[in-house]
Amino acid sequence: MTQEAEVGIFIDSVLGYFDVTVQHTAQCGTPYLAIGRAPEVSDYTAMIRVSGKRHGIVYFTAPRSMLSVMLMRMQETDMSHENLCDLVGEIANTFAGNARRGFGPQFVISVPQVVSGPTTPMDYPPGTHPIVIPIDWRTYKARLVVCLN
Amino acid sequence: MSPRAAAAAPVMVHRLMVVDDSNVIRRRIERAHDLPFVEFVGSARNGREALELHARTRPTIVTMDLTMPEMDGIECVERLVARDPDIRILVISALADKATAITALEKGASGFLCKPFTDRQLNDALRKLIQD
Repeated sequence: MTQEAEVGIFIDSVLGYFDVTVQHTAQCGTPYLAIGRAPEVSDYTAMIRVSGKRHGIVYFTAPRSMLSVMLMRMQETDMSHENLCDLVGEIANTFAGNARRGFGPQFVISVPQVVSGPTTPMDYPPGTHPIVIPIDWRTYKARLVVCLN
Repeated sequence: MSPRAAAAAPVMVHRLMVVDDSNVIRRRIERAHDLPFVEFVGSARNGREALELHARTRPTIVTMDLTMPEMDGIECVERLVARDPDIRILVISALADKATAITALEKGASGFLCKPFTDRQLNDALRKLIQD
């Protein structure tokens, strides 16, 4: 599978998630390779470790305001820090899990690891460059970062 | 069956347990299910908690996530079905490949719903779980 096709699998996961869960379409910007400096992280970040046929990480990072609005759209009234962490983890899990449609069952994913605020450096596989998929939803900006060997 | 006999027939009340490590998803399923004769009996954050809750509340239908800490959904499905062969389990997971769905069904699940899902998809899947 080409790198372009692999990125396409994740973009499909992103677009499907927003359409179904919050009934408001997201837009994905042009994906780019983060070379020279690590991609910026936002208020909440959830990282999934990938093992099996591929190794690496997938993470989703989004601002608090965006996650709060998403919770509201899901009829959720609890906007606590715990629920924001929960949501960002669930989103990352869904993006990575849905990617198995294209990657197959050997694309093994971990439970999400969630952090808020500036994160410690991500554990990228050696010799790889993260691919950043910008996500625009309403007025908010988030990112899905994929780094697989 | 006459209307009087139908009215007198006992109604099967289904007891629903929700298993998911996401609080947002657990609450969403609790809120979204709108089937008559389905009583929510509790929720669990992983397979181990689900087994404990099952022993206390004896649910008849279950929604089950797969990727969870401590004990994953596949193992939990297997253990619940071993305890209660009549239990009906709807696996609700983001793992969207066919092999995962087949594995869940082979272990004893009765249905599979892929995340993300709409309220309507959830209720349709629960209805099918009850009717089959």
